[in-house]
Amino acid sequence: MPIDPHLPRLLIVDDEPAIQRFLKTALDNGEFTLFQAETGRAALSAAVSVKPNVILLDLGLPDMDGIEIVSRIRQWSQVPIIILSVRDRESDKIKALDAGADDYLTKPFGLGELLARIRVMLRRSLQQVPEPVFRIDELEVDLARRLVLLQGEEVALTPTEYDLLRMLITHAGKVLTHRQLLKQIWGANYLEQPHILRVNISNLRHKLEKDASRPGYIVTETGVGYRFKGQY
Amino acid sequence: MNDIPFNDHRPSPEAMLKLANAEEADTGQGKLKLFLGYAPGVGKTYTMLEAAHQLQREGRDVVAAYVESHGRSETDALLVGLEVLPKAAIEYQGVRLPELNIDAALARKPQIALVDELAHTNVPGARHEKRWQDIEELLAAGIDVYTTVNVQHFESLNDVVAQITGVTVRETVPDRLLDLAAEIRLVDIPPEDLLQRLREGKVYIPEQAARATEQFFRPGNLIALRELSLRRAASRVDEEMRAYMEMQSITGPWPVSERLLVCASGSPFSEKLIRTTRRLAEELKAQWFTIYIETPSVGRQQQENRERIWRDLRLAESLGAEVATLTATSVAEAIIEYAMRHNVTRIVVGKPAKPRWRDFFLPPIVDQLIRLSGTIQIHVVSINGVAAKPGGQKYHPGRVIPWFDYLASLGLVAAATVLAFLVRPLLSPTNMVMIYLLAVVMAAARLGLKPAVLTAAAGVLAFDFFFVSPQGSFTVDDTEYVFTFLGLFIVGVVISTLVAKARERADAMRERELQTESLYYLSRDLATAANMESIMTAVIKNINATLNAELSILIPQGEQMKISAISAGLKLSDKELAVADWAFRNRREAGMGTETLSSAELLYLPLATSVSVLGVLGIKLEKAADYHSPHSRRLLGAFVTQISLAMERVYLAQQAEQAQVLQARETLERALLNSISHDLRTPLVSIMGALSSLRDKDLHISGTQGKELLNGAWEEAERLNRYVGNLLDMTRLEAGEMKVQKEPCDVQDLIGCALSALEQKLGARDINVRMAEDMPLVNMDMVLMNQVLINLLDNGLKYSPSGSPLEIRAKIHGRKLLIEVLDRGPGIPKHDLKRVFDKFYRLPVPEGVGGTGLGLSICKGIVEAHGGAIRAENRSGGGLCITILLPL
Repeated sequence: MPIDPHLPRLLIVDDEPAIQRFLKTALDNGEFTLFQAETGRAALSAAVSVKPNVILLDLGLPDMDGIEIVSRIRQWSQVPIIILSVRDRESDKIKALDAGADDYLTKPFGLGELLARIRVMLRRSLQQVPEPVFRIDELEVDLARRLVLLQGEEVALTPTEYDLLRMLITHAGKVLTHRQLLKQIWGANYLEQPHILRVNISNLRHKLEKDASRPGYIVTETGVGYRFKGQY
Repeated sequence: MNDIPFNDHRPSPEAMLKLANAEEADTGQGKLKLFLGYAPGVGKTYTMLEAAHQLQREGRDVVAAYVESHGRSETDALLVGLEVLPKAAIEYQGVRLPELNIDAALARKPQIALVDELAHTNVPGARHEKRWQDIEELLAAGIDVYTTVNVQHFESLNDVVAQITGVTVRETVPDRLLDLAAEIRLVDIPPEDLLQRLREGKVYIPEQAARATEQFFRPGNLIALRELSLRRAASRVDEEMRAYMEMQSITGPWPVSERLLVCASGSPFSEKLIRTTRRLAEELKAQWFTIYIETPSVGRQQQENRERIWRDLRLAESLGAEVATLTATSVAEAIIEYAMRHNVTRIVVGKPAKPRWRDFFLPPIVDQLIRLSGTIQIHVVSINGVAAKPGGQKYHPGRVIPWFDYLASLGLVAAATVLAFLVRPLLSPTNMVMIYLLAVVMAAARLGLKPAVLTAAAGVLAFDFFFVSPQGSFTVDDTEYVFTFLGLFIVGVVISTLVAKARERADAMRERELQTESLYYLSRDLATAANMESIMTAVIKNINATLNAELSILIPQGEQMKISAISAGLKLSDKELAVADWAFRNRREAGMGTETLSSAELLYLPLATSVSVLGVLGIKLEKAADYHSPHSRRLLGAFVTQISLAMERVYLAQQAEQAQVLQARETLERALLNSISHDLRTPLVSIMGALSSLRDKDLHISGTQGKELLNGAWEEAERLNRYVGNLLDMTRLEAGEMKVQKEPCDVQDLIGCALSALEQKLGARDINVRMAEDMPLVNMDMVLMNQVLINLLDNGLKYSPSGSPLEIRAKIHGRKLLIEVLDRGPGIPKHDLKRVFDKFYRLPVPEGVGGTGLGLSICKGIVEAHGGAIRAENRSGGGLCITILLPL
C-alpha cells in the first residue's frame, strides 16, 4: 500500500477477519492511510511505530482486553481512540470512556456514522490550538470573553453552567461520561451525585435549545454521559 | 400323616370377583400358606420343609427365613439343601435371643419364605410385637410365606381351648390370618401316635411350659383339639362348597346376610362376649360390629375402665369386627340407633348379674334393648362363671388425696351444726334438717358423690346427737324422728347422686367442647394454609395446645424421612426416624402405644389419604396412659385426617400449578422457536437476495434497481439487529441480569433521548410532547426506561397511519410519575388489551409491519422491575394509549 505522508493514518484493531475486511474496503477511499492489527500486542507496537491519527479499537481481542490497551496507550499518547464493540451495555461503554477512549460505537453500525466520528476526531487531533470562538448553527460561544450568544443575543448562564458548556464544547463530538464531567467541574467529592449534573444540563438546554425535549446541541448518551454535537 | 389340602375360595360373589381380578393383575401381595396342627409335635415344621423341597425341585425360589428345628435331627436333615437366612440376634436382659431377621428377608426377597411358628411373640426390641405382624409385612412386600401354627392359638378359639384343656395359651393370632391364608394344610396324626412321639422325646416343649405339658397332653385334650382343628379346616371346605354353588348359580336357602353387634363396656365379661359374638358371626357368615358407648354420666367410671375398653376394642378389631366409639346419653338408645343405621340383625348382650334394687328405677340395658329393638333379635349370652380377670382393679386418677375430700365433708357437717346452733332459737329441729341438706348439696357440688354421701350420713348423726332429744346421745325419744333421719339421708343421697351426675356431665361436656374447639381451630388454620409451612405451623401450634404433646411431622425426601416440622426442644434419634420410616412405608401406625416397634419414644401415625401416604405425624403424649385412651386416640385420628387432607390439598394445588407453569413454558418455547425461525430468516431472505443479485454480474442490475435492493437489504438488516437486541434484552430480563440501577433522572431528558434514538424513523411525524412544568428528577434506570419509551414510540410509529401524530404526556400523579404514549392507530381488540404485554403476542399487523412480539413484554418487565405498572387502553376517537406509572 503506497503511503501518502499527508493522509491521516488510521489504525484498525480487530481480530475478526470479516470486520477487518469490511472496514478496509469501506475506509480505503483515498482519504486515509490504513494500518491493521489483529492482537493487542500488535496494536500497541503499531501505536508506537505508526503513530496513527485515530485508532479504531475492538474491545474483545484474543490476547488482551481492549480497555487495558486504552489505558496503556493513554500513558504516553492522546491519540483519539474510537471503540468499536458488540458489547452494548452502558457499563462497558463507561469503562472504556473513563479509561480514556474518546468515542464508542456499538456493532453493528452504519459506515456513515463511523466516518462522521472519525472526522470529528481528526479535526480535534489536527487542530492543535482551539479557536477562541466556537460557532454552531445559531449558537456562538466566545471562550476568551466567556460570552454565550444565541441568535446574536447574550444568554445569561451561571458560572457552573458556563463551565459545563465550555467543557462540552472543547470536547465537541466526544462523549464525556458523567464521571468525567462531575470530576472536572464539581470535583471528586461529587462523583456520586449525578443529579446536580442532570439539573445543570436540563437548565442549559432550557436556555439554549429550541425544544428541550429534542435537544440539538447537548445530546444525552443514555446511561453514559453527554456529547456536544460537533460539526462533521 | 394325613394331609388335607384346602383351596381357598371366599364365598361371596364380590370376593370371587376380587379373586378373578387378582388373577388378572397381580396386586403384589404375597400368598400365605398355613400348616395347621392341633398340638406341638404333629410335624408341622417337617411337613413345611418337605413342601419347600418339593417347590425347590419345581424351580421356585425358596428361602428358610426362620425355621426352628429345636434340635430334632429329622427336621435338621430337611434343612440341608435349603437356603437359610441368618437370624437376627436381639439383646434382651443381657441375653442375645434369635429372631426372624425381617430386613434380611425383605432384602433377599425370595418367591417363598418359610417362617416357623406364626403365633410366636417377639423379643422386646424387635420391630413387631408378634411374628404374625412380621409375616404380614413380608406378604405386603409380595413374598409368599409358608408358616406353621396350632389351632389353639387363634383368638376366637382361645377360650374354648382354655375350657377344654384348662391351659390358657398366651400367644394368640388374629382369626383374620386364617381367612387371609390362601391355602391351609392340615397336619394331622392320631393322638396315640403323638403321645408315642412325646414319650420318645421327639416333641419339643419349651421349658417354661413344661409344667403345663402334663395337663395338656392328655388323650382327652388331644382328641378334642384334633376335632377342633379338623372342624376349623372343614369349615373352609364348607365355604368352598358354598362359593362353588354360588358361582354356579345353584339356588338354595341362602340366608340374607346377617349383621351382628356387640357392645363393649369395659367389664370383665366384655372379652368373653366379644369372643362369643365372633364365633356366632363366623357360624352365620355375618359381618359384625363392636361398639363402645361413652356416656357423659359415667365419666368417672369410664376413666377407670379406659384401659380395658381399649383392650376390648382392639381385641374385637383383631377378631375381624368393625369397631366404633360413640357418645350418647342413653346406652340402649345409642346401640339401637347404631344397629338400625348399620342394618344389624342381631345384638349380642350379656345376661345381667343378679337383679339389683336399682333395676327398679333404672331397668337393665337388656330390658331397654328388648323394648326398643323392633325387628332386631337380641341374643342374651350367659356370662356367669367367668371370673373377673386380674387387672380390673379400679383406680382413681386425678384425685391424689381423696381422704382430704372426706375430711372436708366432715368439716361441712361441723359448720352446719354450728350454724344450726346459732339459729336454734328461731327454728324448730325438723327445719334444721334443711341446713344439713344444704351441706350435702355443697359437698355434692364441690367434692363429688362419695364425700356427699358421707356428709348425708354424718349430718343425720350430728342432727340426732345435737338437736334431737335427748341431746348429746344417739338415742331418740320421739320415733317420728326416725322418719326425719331416713328422709334426710335418702334426700341427701339422691341429691348427691344428681348433683354429682350433673357435675360429671358438665366435666365431660367441657372436655368434649375443648376437643371440638381444638379440632375446629386446627381445621380453620389448615383451611387457610396455602403451603406446607403454614400447615406445619398450624399443626404444631394447635396440637401442642390441645394435647399438651410434643410432635413432629416427617415428610419423605427421596429415600429418607426428613423432619419437616418439630416442636421446640424435641429431638429425634436415628432410631426414631427409622420407626417413622416404617410407619410411612407400611401405612400403619408404629412406635409408642402400638404393637410395632413399641420401644420408640413417640407414636407415629401415617398421614395418609385414599390415594397416597404424604408423611408421618410423630407425637409424644404427656402420659403413657394417654396412648391408649379412646379420647386422645379419637382426637389424634381426627387431627391426622385433617392434616392429611390439608397436605393433599396443598400437594394437588402445587401439582396443578407446576403443570400450568410447564404448559405455559411449553407454549412459550414453541412461540419462541416459531418466532426465531420466522424473524431471523425473513430479514435474511431479503438481505441475501439483494446481495446475491448485486453480486451476480450476469443480472445487469441498473443503478436505481441496485439502490432499491440495497435500501431493502439495509432496512431488513436493521430489523434483524433490532430483533436480536430484543431477544438479548428479554434473555437478560429473564435471567435477572438486567438490574435496575435507579438514579435521579430528568424526565425531559428521557423523552429527548428516546426521540433522538428514533430520529431517522420519526422523519416528519408530528410528535406532541406535553410535560408539566417543574417536573422533579425521578428515580429510575434511565437506560432501561429509555428502552421502554423507544419500544413504545416504535410501536406507535409502526401501527398508526404515517400522517397521524404521536403524543407523549408526562406528569406527576399522586406519588407517581405518569407517562403516556398515544397514537391514532387501530387500537387493540378489547379482549386482547391485557395480552399485548405477553411474550410473542402480535397484533394482526397491517401490511409490511413486522414486530417481534417482544417489545411490549420487555417494557412490562422493565416497568415492573421498577415497581411500576403499565397498561394499554383504547382512546376515544381511535388509537391506543399506553400508560406507565412509576413510583417517585
